[in-house]
Amino acid sequence: MAILAPHKYRGKLIVVEGIDGSGKSTQISLLSRWLRSQGYAVAFSEWNSSPLVRQTTRRGKKKEMFTPTTFSLIHATDFADRMESYIVPLVKAGAIVCADRYAYTAFARDVARGVSRRWVRNLYRFAVSPDLAFYFRVPLDVALGRILGGRDALKYYEAGMDLGLARDVEESFRIFQGRILDEYETMAAEMGFHIIDATLSIEAQQRRMREIVMEQIGEILESSALRLPAGADINGQTHTPAVL
Amino acid sequence: MAKRTPLQFYSEPLPGVEVSDLQGRLIVIEGPDAVGRTTQVAMLRQWLEQEGHAVLATGMARSALAGKGIKMAKEGNTLGPVTMTLFYMTDFADRLENEIVPALRAGFVVLIDRYIFSIMARAIARGEDRRWIEQAAGFALVPHAVFYLKAGVEDLVSRVVLGRGAFDFWESGMDLRFGPDMYDSFVKYQTRLIKALDSMAEPYEFTTIDAGQPAAKIFRELQRRISRLQLRRVRTRRKTL
Repeated sequence: MAILAPHKYRGKLIVVEGIDGSGKSTQISLLSRWLRSQGYAVAFSEWNSSPLVRQTTRRGKKKEMFTPTTFSLIHATDFADRMESYIVPLVKAGAIVCADRYAYTAFARDVARGVSRRWVRNLYRFAVSPDLAFYFRVPLDVALGRILGGRDALKYYEAGMDLGLARDVEESFRIFQGRILDEYETMAAEMGFHIIDATLSIEAQQRRMREIVMEQIGEILESSALRLPAGADINGQTHTPAVL
Repeated sequence: MAKRTPLQFYSEPLPGVEVSDLQGRLIVIEGPDAVGRTTQVAMLRQWLEQEGHAVLATGMARSALAGKGIKMAKEGNTLGPVTMTLFYMTDFADRLENEIVPALRAGFVVLIDRYIFSIMARAIARGEDRRWIEQAAGFALVPHAVFYLKAGVEDLVSRVVLGRGAFDFWESGMDLRFGPDMYDSFVKYQTRLIKALDSMAEPYEFTTIDAGQPAAKIFRELQRRISRLQLRRVRTRRKTL
């Protein structure tokens, strides 16, 4: 059974997935800039960024009000808002939408938190299926080294502290991310992820991503996606890409 | 369809909740907008408390987590139907986990003004997939009774016009504009809502009550039916003072 429904719109949807510290955000950002430089209309959507839902999420996190179920539901609400008012209209219009995390993040993270796999997968059935889903595969220790070396404080839910896995934040984070990693690995084949070895250099990963984009959707982008004619700009203005 | 056991989950267990710990009574009042649910809930609460029962009354969009967020989202002009459904589901889950379940553990009578069925009906009336929303709501507990206050759309119109004096944007389904103005949209949207609720009556074992009767008569019927739910008795010893 297909989990997400394929779309027939002009534009394309490209998503990146992976645990924290896998380097996926860097890569999707480089990819979106490259596509933009080719003249495509590119939009960007980040996990957990709906203006309609933001305050509720913030409040729940700050006051530690979430259970696994409400955590899952509020993220689905956030995703639904981005889907309905941003991603789908833009893909319909012919844009390439690049998403940093997609429904698969919920499939991995919420299940690691203890909600039923079947339930959370059903919850996201309204999502359109991406044209390309990249999964940045990285060993747990490499990812943890990047994260723990790079910033000062791990956040409560990010470290899975709500699950009571360990008293120590870093230890909890390690266990929780390990569980999420297992979930990603389990669904990689089923979801048709294009797997990128995230231990390679940034340049090598980016090269691989671009190759895959060209192989998989290069022709269809060329023939159907919304594109600025070479050398032209809109109303003489510099095109500033939207971010939601 | 086999009769469901009260205080079991419909299809998905809620992490961290042991249903064998639950011992109160869960009573739901359902029905379309303006049908008189709130009045009945208030009267029932008073009656049950006089009988010596501890009562928790709750209703949609009252959760500590999402109540405010929903209110704000409805004030804007960008709330889409799927987002709205999931926002209400978040609100419901928060009340279920933090209010309803603890009250049931403590042996309360929980009176709910609209349960998952209103969320589901609104979603279905807006064209969303029925199986999707039914499965999403699968973590809800089966109530001891669902009383469905049923009314025709003409009756709702007269209640709105005579009672509140104006049509409400959301009650008229104006987010999807089912008609050229609020009256036409209200009629079409509420007709769809009633149809969706009607279709749940059998699978979810609603007790249908004719909302066209006077409020006092509806109340007596509800009292009679609730009395049969084997609420614990509070024995009062008669003493001569």
